[in-house]
Amino acid sequence: MSISVKHISKSYDDLKAVDDISFEVKEGELFGLIGPDGAGKTTLFRILTTLLIPDEGIATVASLDVLKDYKHIRHSVGYMPGRFSLYQDLTVEENLNFFAAIFGTSIEENYDLIKDIYVQIEPFKKRRAGKLSGGMKQKLALCCALIHKPKVLFLDEPTTGVDPVSRKEFWEMLKRLQQKGITILVSTPYMDEAALCDRIALIQDGKILKIDKPQEIVKTFPKTLYNVGADNMYQLIKSLKNYKYQYSVYPFGEFVHYTDNRSNFNPEDLKHYLESEKLTNIVIETTNPTIEDIFMELAK
Amino acid sequence: MMHIENVIVVKDLTKMFGDFTAVNTITFKVKKGEIFGFLGANGAGKTTAMKMLIGISNPTSGEANVAGFDVFTNAEDIKKNIGYMSQKFALYDDLTVKENITFFGGIYGLSRKKIKEKTKKLIEDLGLQEVSNQLVGSLPLGWKQKISFSVSLLHEPKIVFLDEPTGGVDPITRRQFWEMIYQTANNGTTIFVTTHYMDEAEYCDRVSIMVDGKIEALDTPKNLKKQFDVESMNDVFLKLARG
Amino acid sequence: MKRFVAFIRKEFYHIFRDKRSLFILFGMPIAQIMLFGFAITNEINNVDIAILDHSKDVTTKEIINKISASKYFSINQFLEREDDIESAFKKGKIKAVLNFEKDFSKNLIKEGNATIQIITDATDPNTANTISNYTNSILQKYQQELNKDIKISYQIVPQVRMVYNAELKSVFMFVPGVMTIILMLVSAMMTSISITREKELGTMEILLVSPLKPFQVIIGKVVPYIFLSIINAIVIIILSIFIFKMPVQGSLLLLGAESVLFIITSLSLGILISTMSATQQSAMMISLMGLMLPVIILSGFIFPISSMPTPLQVISNVIPAKWFIIILKAIMLKGVGITFIWKETLILIGMTVFFIGLSVKKYKIRLE
Repeated sequence: MSISVKHISKSYDDLKAVDDISFEVKEGELFGLIGPDGAGKTTLFRILTTLLIPDEGIATVASLDVLKDYKHIRHSVGYMPGRFSLYQDLTVEENLNFFAAIFGTSIEENYDLIKDIYVQIEPFKKRRAGKLSGGMKQKLALCCALIHKPKVLFLDEPTTGVDPVSRKEFWEMLKRLQQKGITILVSTPYMDEAALCDRIALIQDGKILKIDKPQEIVKTFPKTLYNVGADNMYQLIKSLKNYKYQYSVYPFGEFVHYTDNRSNFNPEDLKHYLESEKLTNIVIETTNPTIEDIFMELAK
Repeated sequence: MMHIENVIVVKDLTKMFGDFTAVNTITFKVKKGEIFGFLGANGAGKTTAMKMLIGISNPTSGEANVAGFDVFTNAEDIKKNIGYMSQKFALYDDLTVKENITFFGGIYGLSRKKIKEKTKKLIEDLGLQEVSNQLVGSLPLGWKQKISFSVSLLHEPKIVFLDEPTGGVDPITRRQFWEMIYQTANNGTTIFVTTHYMDEAEYCDRVSIMVDGKIEALDTPKNLKKQFDVESMNDVFLKLARG
Repeated sequence: MKRFVAFIRKEFYHIFRDKRSLFILFGMPIAQIMLFGFAITNEINNVDIAILDHSKDVTTKEIINKISASKYFSINQFLEREDDIESAFKKGKIKAVLNFEKDFSKNLIKEGNATIQIITDATDPNTANTISNYTNSILQKYQQELNKDIKISYQIVPQVRMVYNAELKSVFMFVPGVMTIILMLVSAMMTSISITREKELGTMEILLVSPLKPFQVIIGKVVPYIFLSIINAIVIIILSIFIFKMPVQGSLLLLGAESVLFIITSLSLGILISTMSATQQSAMMISLMGLMLPVIILSGFIFPISSMPTPLQVISNVIPAKWFIIILKAIMLKGVGITFIWKETLILIGMTVFFIGLSVKKYKIRLE
């Protein structure tokens, strides 16, 4: 086991940030911690990178205990804290050289590891880190976290606030890294990124809602999910919420994800109701649930 | 013929920093009551463009009229007539909910009576009775965003500018937030919103996508998907914004 | 070692790329010492005085000439009556009035003494004192000239010598003190925000999850500032010597070495503050307020320590500035060597070791 978390809890004053969390990450796995702000992701990361002491529980990283062997862990993991934390007034090159040096290595030594990523920011290597765009900053931070060839990589919300294109590129880089045998623990609030992980843990308010492979998790949706569409989204949402048999009504892009209370639900009934609400161009069809649907169902 | 009022009119708006063109002759119009999505990759010029529209940055050239005021000559009037909500800073963490509302109400020039009215309504609408005297910093992010949005509407502005309002918020709260946006738009307020959630782009009446300082697409989500022959706004974005 | 060097290099980048800290580091000290040196002066020059001469004879004229010729005084007014004295002072321009009695020459020759009243504005007691002293000395000199040929027996002539500061130059009092304060404040302020800045920016997290030891971080942050503060100290010393004409009786080398020591002591104190502060603002506040006032009051800079109540005297011993001022004055004014100041030097070394040791101990290795 690369990472092992057993009944870890951590509170700040009276707020329980992490509540009895347990999970394991296998070697070479790309594991996602999926949940919104305040779910406890950052606290958990800080415990695993030995920056915080848990109130209860035991955690190990690469078979090293986070309390007793913290020095060894600090020498051998790669860490990218949330919200870009590199030196804004140092250039790309200077940042990399610095991190390589303090880990007792050099850029040349492990260049093959960061090459794919570094070539994208290399043209800007003399630019101050603070002047890079969001996507570039993330790439630089990733390089700095990898420069010493860590066994385990901790990435805390590396794609938050970054546009979809850069996000997609970032995850492609992660997949390639995974092939080099690095264990990666990533946290993200973007549910669509969950599908790219080997396994995920859905986390909300300090508790784990579910852990499994993304494909398996979506199978656990308890009801039949429908895409409902009409011309006026706002009116549609209002009408559906007022429908006495509705179980859940969530807008999802151009459609509304709808589930019904009844087990013998007939979409035609719904259609008539919506028509009576003066809605037009009504569409009702079944659809596959996504991670986000599961999340909202579990978090209810 | 119904006269549809344009609350934002932009023509060839440009912003240059030295010889770097951040915003390159963008042109568009936004109707009253519209939910207008303003998208683009990081570094595409979105934020720079928005800063010009809300009157805190001087354009290099071009024309722009916001809420009936010219951005060159009446920037101060613009600020008084719009609402603004930024992801980076919304409310004071070390003031209570009530204190925040009172403070911002005061800044917008609302009378004490009005502030009292609005405070009551806001707290009722959002169900914040239990926490109205709690420090904002202690509230979950989702609540903060909702309060922040309501605060930006205190002075009943014609247009509200939302800068990535739902970043990091949980999916349920995100949707509740968008219901608030829908309601506000329904009441005639124009919504100008930027976001990185592509599903939220679908909620907009029209969407513009900026790439390297220029607007490369401007249409309804439906039409854009047809135009690029894809299923989702996410794919539209990926096809366009390979910056 | 490579790790350490890389860390120091990074710190230099930060310092040179932050215009504000460069300004504090170099601009402020120079500005302060110029201000202090020129503005605060106990000497008097061209002080405006008024003369009330009831006699208007040969002797009074000679005396008045001597006074007007001196660079210390400038005769602003000639009053006619006693009643004018008060209004002359009230107007505020003159600081003293010399009142010659009637029949001055006649009284001097006939009775062997004549009176001059020296009335000074004592709202500024220091200046008033100095005025009367200077006037007295001018009169003494004149008297001696008058009495050149007259023999008087049993004359005790006090000869006052102000040792090591013959002209009572205030510069000698202030420059060592100001130099100490500047070096201490600037050094402590700079390093006090150094660690807290990393905490505030979030880069501390990454530094912690790395092989860097607390000791390396702390020393690594002190080292760059040593070099810069030395440059500062050199500039201040040069200013003192050439512009304020401060003598350096003792060895310049020793002066330099002791300054370096004191700089390191101050930097260490700053780092200690840094390890204990959560924000840059509080760090600056503590180093500015918490250090400045006690240092100015208790270091012996303005108020002599020996005239303070005993508890304060005891407390003054923990102020590094106190020991350095003693060392500075000893080297610059008395010209002594290390043999006379080894005790003070040792105390400074001990304090430095203590501050650094405590910093390492207090350095938070976790984020709580």
